[in-house]
Amino acid sequence: MAQALDPHAAIVTTASGAEDGKLTTADGKPLAWALKRSQLKAKRRAFLLVLPLLAFILITFVIPIGQMLQRSFYNDGFSANMPQISQWFAENERGTPPDEAAWTALANDLIASAEDRSIGVVGTRINYDVPGTRSLFTSTGRKVRRGIEPPYREALLEIDEEWGDSRLWSAMRNAATPVTANFYLASVDRTRTDDGSIQQVDERQRVYVMLFMRTFWLSLLITALTFVLGFPVAHLLATLPMRKSNLLMILVLLPFWTSLLVRTTSWMVLLQQQGVINDILVWLGVIGGGQRLQMIYNQTGTIIAMTHILLPFMILPLYSVMRTINPSYVRAARSLGATSWTAFRRIYFPQTLPGLGAGALLVFILAVGYYITPALVGGSSGQLISNMIAMHMTDTLNWSMAAALAALLLASVLILYWLYDRMVGIDNLKLG
Amino acid sequence: MKTVLILSTAIATLGTAALAEGEVNVVSWGGAYEMSQVEAYNKPFAEQTGITVNMIAADNPATPLKVQVEAGNVTGDVFDVEVSDAIRLCDEGALVEIDPAMLPAAPDGTPAAEDFLDGALLDCAVANIFWGTVIAFDKTKFEGAAPSTAADFFDLETFPGKRGLPKNPKRTLYLALIADGVPADQIYDKLGSAEGVQQAFAKLDSIKNDVVWWEAGAQPVQLLADGEVTMATGYNGRFFDAMVAEGKPFEIIWDGQYMDLDMFVIPKGAPNPEAAMEYLKFATDTQRLADQAKYIAYGPARKSSAALVGLYQDGTTEMAPHMPTNPDHMESAVMDDPEFWADHDAELTERFNSWLASS
Amino acid sequence: MAVPTYATPLERAWHYAYLVLCGMIFFFLIAPIVVIIPLSFNAEPYFTFTDQMLEFDADGYSMRWYDSLLTFGMAAPDGVRDASWWADAWANAKWVKAAKNSIIIGFFATILATCLGTLAALGLSRPEMPFRRAIMATLISPMIVPLIITATGMFFFYSNPCELLGLVGLPTDCGRLAGTYLGVILAHATLGIPFVIITVTATLVGFDQSLNRAAASLGANPRTTFFRITMPLILPGVISGALFAFVTSFDEVVAVLFIAGPDQQTIPRQMWNGIREQISPAILAVATLLVIFSIALLTTVELLRRRSERIRGITPH
Repeated sequence: MAQALDPHAAIVTTASGAEDGKLTTADGKPLAWALKRSQLKAKRRAFLLVLPLLAFILITFVIPIGQMLQRSFYNDGFSANMPQISQWFAENERGTPPDEAAWTALANDLIASAEDRSIGVVGTRINYDVPGTRSLFTSTGRKVRRGIEPPYREALLEIDEEWGDSRLWSAMRNAATPVTANFYLASVDRTRTDDGSIQQVDERQRVYVMLFMRTFWLSLLITALTFVLGFPVAHLLATLPMRKSNLLMILVLLPFWTSLLVRTTSWMVLLQQQGVINDILVWLGVIGGGQRLQMIYNQTGTIIAMTHILLPFMILPLYSVMRTINPSYVRAARSLGATSWTAFRRIYFPQTLPGLGAGALLVFILAVGYYITPALVGGSSGQLISNMIAMHMTDTLNWSMAAALAALLLASVLILYWLYDRMVGIDNLKLG
Repeated sequence: MKTVLILSTAIATLGTAALAEGEVNVVSWGGAYEMSQVEAYNKPFAEQTGITVNMIAADNPATPLKVQVEAGNVTGDVFDVEVSDAIRLCDEGALVEIDPAMLPAAPDGTPAAEDFLDGALLDCAVANIFWGTVIAFDKTKFEGAAPSTAADFFDLETFPGKRGLPKNPKRTLYLALIADGVPADQIYDKLGSAEGVQQAFAKLDSIKNDVVWWEAGAQPVQLLADGEVTMATGYNGRFFDAMVAEGKPFEIIWDGQYMDLDMFVIPKGAPNPEAAMEYLKFATDTQRLADQAKYIAYGPARKSSAALVGLYQDGTTEMAPHMPTNPDHMESAVMDDPEFWADHDAELTERFNSWLASS
Repeated sequence: MAVPTYATPLERAWHYAYLVLCGMIFFFLIAPIVVIIPLSFNAEPYFTFTDQMLEFDADGYSMRWYDSLLTFGMAAPDGVRDASWWADAWANAKWVKAAKNSIIIGFFATILATCLGTLAALGLSRPEMPFRRAIMATLISPMIVPLIITATGMFFFYSNPCELLGLVGLPTDCGRLAGTYLGVILAHATLGIPFVIITVTATLVGFDQSLNRAAASLGANPRTTFFRITMPLILPGVISGALFAFVTSFDEVVAVLFIAGPDQQTIPRQMWNGIREQISPAILAVATLLVIFSIALLTTVELLRRRSERIRGITPH
């Protein structure tokens, strides 16, 4: 970027002022130094203008997200409430069979955590790794509160022989350190076996990889659809006289400005089985009254509604690029004998690529993170990965899992964002 | 400068506008159920005590409760939750313990501890009503014989049309097993085994392509009313409301109903703990519980309330035949098993999601 | 766009087909928004056109859903509509409360976003700005990062904003932002800032820096220069950025779902409830009002854009 001179500071003297061959300012300071100084000052001033907002965004946006992502690899639900047994795990290698010291530590921890009512939290943490063990902790907790006598191994095994299960001990060992990669493993449908190696989870439990794939595939499809629908419209808008195109532009901008929930609701009105589109089709006799199409609460609903909602994000960047394309290039090509198709393909289309890139990346990035629309019209087959994040946030309350999924999603969005910045330049983003 | 000062003061006041005294925030399930609580509890409570009751609707109030307690950010005072959630939250130390001696006795002097039905009093929770998840269908959609059993729900040949089911394993898997001929008392044994779970999913597979999944209690009623589905499972009180109050041509199949209790709990760190306790005591007394049945078809959790249950608010409908606790409806009913779900909810939810997502 | 005179018949046919295609796409864009308007006057509680409506029978239409926006949540909705009835509606009706909340939150969030955003845009458009690209990318990122991630992150942070102070040994208990107006305002301001930055920097691209120099050389101090020269020129961009920020806040539901408490239920939050809980054409009545509202905003923006082009000397071609 060209560095402009600050007009106030550097008033260059005539060549005669440069006795030793160096240019100086009016007050005799070397010009290079003065320039540098004034530039530094200008830089600082510019930066000071941005600083309040930068600080604001850091505090209200960057830090919160960082803090949330920390949960994806940090979960102290077990280690904080079961300190003695965690200590024992730290001192003894994997594979050491639990000795009486371990059982004593376990029993003491169970008593303490049952007393302060944190046993449910401990059980929940282990239940992530070994399903069905939550009640082992809570019921054992209720019993040990009434008193328990050494030797603890026998006492605990008598309460429930599941305490001898090696899978349980392996899970407790994994949970004994708060830092863990298990949630990332789980978000790519992997799990750790008893000996610490990594393997895929049971086929019937696999869901996240498939959902990531679906999210990317649907986003790609939606991007393609917005391109197919957006390109002709943008072209029309760009080539019509200003007065007409401004009028038609309202048809693009009105959906853009209308509440997302309103648009989603109207798609529910249109697409449902007793909805407007099915009514019209039945009325026209295209389908019988008994064969109404299922267009909502499935992938079709998600695709239609999201294409509609994201279409303006494709049209606007395309339009702004197409407006600047000089029509005489195409005319020149035609006059040189190109058919209209060749002229379009070889001359016009390549010039629209910057707009296309901007629109496509924007639509894709927004689609990947969509939550509201799939939640309302997606049914089960139209759910995306963000719905899973929301589910773990609010239903299962497995926040570490939500954070791990969010981290993976965020990483992919940031890569795309970086690409966008490289290819289009973030400062070329325009809205309406 | 002056405007800046005014602005910042305004923002500061907005920020600290804490919940004033004389207020209690109750988080409940919305819809017809919420209305019944507003009529039976909130209005008389506000009249007697002068405490304002704010009603907040949630898809499942246990969710915001867990979130609020774990994040150390409690905004609700009283939550209306299911038993399994009440037990789980109590185990995790999220709830205030409630001494049954504090609750009002029955009109004849029976102490509360004896007046409540079995399972209706827990360490941290007091039940208000019994409710059932039942199948309902639209009478106008089936010519000839009407469906009458859980098995008919899965019979798409005889009873064509879409089905509405809740998007969770708890209230779908049991129904599949019942429809497959598993007796009600063996449901949890079955669900505890891999084969049983497999069997349930296999049965669900047979209708998977024809299911519209719902998430909030008002949705199955709406789906039936809009004709999106011909049969749906949902909460019996909501269907009753649509049938009696709005005159919808629905009918309930009581076979294979899933019974649950709704409980009032108070989270630790509630902003208005005293008002919350007052509200809880008031709302679970004999008269209030009986009054609620005037507005919705759920069975009161106190024995002494049963005698006071009379007519629906329209003055002509007898409530007893619509109660989930009616002995005729209990034959094949599955009771909620909180312990089972505390252990297996996470696992089965994951399995269920995986099953849902695979097409 | 006319067909050139040298076009072949095939090209002419293609051109008309293309116009029809565009017409259909415009229809796709606008139909969902138009269709809800008549349905909001439905006399029946359904989302479909009844026979009566299709026959244009007056009985098929009613204002009952608009009425329900006022009465829903009122203490005594059936009374005579005198002053006390209206006072009740103003104080208690859920949609009225939601509208008040939306406006309060939107207003303060917009002011915050616009002030900070305009300042930063001024800095960013100075050629001397260091790390321009990286900073710009950071400031725009709230628009790019999926809302669900932003909202969950904010939820934890706002529940206990001072938790991190514990790392440097300071007290960690300083109240909470989640469940307060301030929290929702901060969250919405964050989400609106990228729009302000984008629109204001776009305006500043056409801004002639020599005007500032001229003012300075005539003796104006930087403050006077800003308020008398820069501000009037970039004002259209600032206002349109502010409108974007306001609409963002006014339309936002995910952050509200996670951060807001019972007192901060906004219109979108209430609609979300409505869609999931009790689906009735009342939602469509709100939707219709919101469409009218966005038409008004759109007109404002269009007028501003024209003004901006006029004073910046860019004429439409």
